[in-house]
Amino acid sequence: MLSKRIISCLDVRNGKLAKSVKFVDTQDIGDPVAKAKEYYEQGLDELVFYDITASSDNRGIMLEVVSRVAEQVFIPFSVGGGLRTVEDCHRVLLAGAEKVNVNSAAVKNPGLIAEASKAFGAQAVVLSMDVLRVPPSPSIPSGYEIVINGGRTRMGLDAIQWARRGEDLGAGEMVVNSIDADGTKEGYELTLTRLIAEAVSVPVIASGGGGKPEHLYDVLTEGKADAALIASMLHYGEYTVGQIKDYLAGRGLKVRQVSR
Amino acid sequence: MITLVDYNAGNLTSVRRALTHLGIPCQISADPESVRRADKIIFPGVGAAGAAMQTLRQRGLDSALKESFAKGTPILGICIGCQIILEHSEEDDAECLGLLAGKTIRFGRGPGWNPALLKIPHMGWNAVSVTQPHPLLAHLRPGDEFYFVHSYYPQPADPGQIYAVSDYGGEFPVAIGKDNLFAVQFHTEKSGPAGLRVLENFIHW
Repeated sequence: MLSKRIISCLDVRNGKLAKSVKFVDTQDIGDPVAKAKEYYEQGLDELVFYDITASSDNRGIMLEVVSRVAEQVFIPFSVGGGLRTVEDCHRVLLAGAEKVNVNSAAVKNPGLIAEASKAFGAQAVVLSMDVLRVPPSPSIPSGYEIVINGGRTRMGLDAIQWARRGEDLGAGEMVVNSIDADGTKEGYELTLTRLIAEAVSVPVIASGGGGKPEHLYDVLTEGKADAALIASMLHYGEYTVGQIKDYLAGRGLKVRQVSR
Repeated sequence: MITLVDYNAGNLTSVRRALTHLGIPCQISADPESVRRADKIIFPGVGAAGAAMQTLRQRGLDSALKESFAKGTPILGICIGCQIILEHSEEDDAECLGLLAGKTIRFGRGPGWNPALLKIPHMGWNAVSVTQPHPLLAHLRPGDEFYFVHSYYPQPADPGQIYAVSDYGGEFPVAIGKDNLFAVQFHTEKSGPAGLRVLENFIHW
């Protein structure tokens, strides 16, 4: 049996750690490499780095961050943000990431998923999606719509259909990020997560809204997620990875425990 | 010097970074002669069996590995390097190195397999149970978990060559070996402190 994974997401801007709240007013809170190492030592299972650098001039800084992380952190990690071509993906993989995370660029150009999957294998391609709850309509039957540009642009694309399409194109995992729940710390969007987990056969990582260990329990059971993404719970020192895992293990979930 | 066999199969730099972290010098090489001369060999890899075997043959690395195995050089296989040391892989119907008798087979054949619950690839952290002691598995704790990404697993013909198993819809071999050859299906370079321990054990083997 696979363990349920606890993954932390580090938003990186100009090489510094940031945490977005409702995708506006990001605030720098530290060095991503030091944070990554700290979480690794606490027993985190995996990391995601999102490059939210506005200018493409500073993309090189991200590759340095990736490479420094790979020298010190011996768990899998993925990198996303600003990856528009297979060549962009190749650069972060060479710098030491296991996986690439594609989001907006894949919505605009779904062929990117197929090309990256063919070039690096499905296991290396994570499709990340930002999802907004909307009234169900003929074009959005599930009531969950794909948005891009940090939630500002609605794409008229149903999230469930997009997830299925992404799997067909060759995505090996999905990150499902609820715009409504993101930054609220009131719990994950359980219905959305479950609908996607039931629609695809690749692992689903729930994102957005985690504020307490019980939120992770809920999304890993009722939400049928394979993994849960957390950010501020760890970044602000509210919990350690060990505390979260002890809680989940205490409620009967299989999680990886490291020697402490 | 430890030589990492370069056959265009992925995780070489990750393995090198892990060794560097442990303070162990190593070199990456695609040259059969430096593989023959190596004190120890790490044979890592991600990707597909067919393409991997093709590259090994093109570079003459297949015979270098067979010779090194025969003359007693310690060899550690990782992931694909744990699969193509057997005689055959169901992936690409590939004829493999045959350092060990047996074959690499796809998940999903066992009676306990439930496709609704079990996804392929087997990707993530899973516990490894040591079934017979081996120096490379020393100092591991019961329940230690390792990181896996694979759709096929190694099945040696001789069950005596299996040293550890994991469970995914039934038990399957994850550490196999014979004499100076040892191989693990999991990514020891991405499996946290437990994974680094296996690499360290190999250094001292």
